Amino acid sequence: MSNGILTLVYDIPAMDMISAGEASSNVKKKLKQLGVNPLIVKKVSISMYEAEMNAVIHANGGSATVNIGTDEIVIIIEDRGPGIENIDLAMKEGYSTASDEVRQMGFGAGMGLPNIKKNSDSLNIESEIGKGTRLEIAIKFTS
Amino acid sequence: MKLKDITRIINGSVVCEGNCSDVEFISACGSDLMSDVMAFLKNETLLLTGLINPQVIRTAEMMDIKAVVFVRGKKPDSKMVELALEKDIILVTTDYPMFVACGKLYSAGMREEGC
Repeated sequence: MSNGILTLVYDIPAMDMISAGEASSNVKKKLKQLGVNPLIVKKVSISMYEAEMNAVIHANGGSATVNIGTDEIVIIIEDRGPGIENIDLAMKEGYSTASDEVRQMGFGAGMGLPNIKKNSDSLNIESEIGKGTRLEIAIKFTS
Repeated sequence: MKLKDITRIINGSVVCEGNCSDVEFISACGSDLMSDVMAFLKNETLLLTGLINPQVIRTAEMMDIKAVVFVRGKKPDSKMVELALEKDIILVTTDYPMFVACGKLYSAGMREEGC
């Protein structure tokens, strides 16, 4: 990880569909204020929002830590959810364990993790059944 | 296509306008699935949807969507309007169903974007 210029930490509340996305919104605003390239801002926004929504709808909420460095931005989303049973399967487009309630909200189409991978330079997933999941997403300023 | 052209074509009502009423829209996407909007949209565009919840506004914000049209007479609630005003996103409602609203805009020259 690059030397940090700025670290932002957020709480992600569980199943709060009104404030869900607030952390990603705040990071987007901050990056725009810092004058970051709009294409990078979009990649960060998409990746973080997908991960934040996963934590909200699948995993009883959690936390987000965003390290803005000199050459990359690293987003860490940690949740207190049930964990991912099969990460390879979860990475396949279209695979989802989302409830009907989540699908009615317009999410849960099994596009989240593949979309994060598509928009980032690296994605590391650690998950333990019954404990939770930790996503580390890195996006380089040169990507 | 400007906002006033869009509202005329789909017989829409502007719920909130933000500061983007002069934006030129050249493409649109019709979807009720925000997962698809997040995955397939590339350019700033117009979103038509039948989905009513605050995450539509959040998705629009993340994807730099400047305007959302709610089809089939669906009306955003006060929380959604508040969020849209805060994020400078235009909200429009139309009584036309999705197919007709998209068809009318397409016939008037609007082209597809992503989904």
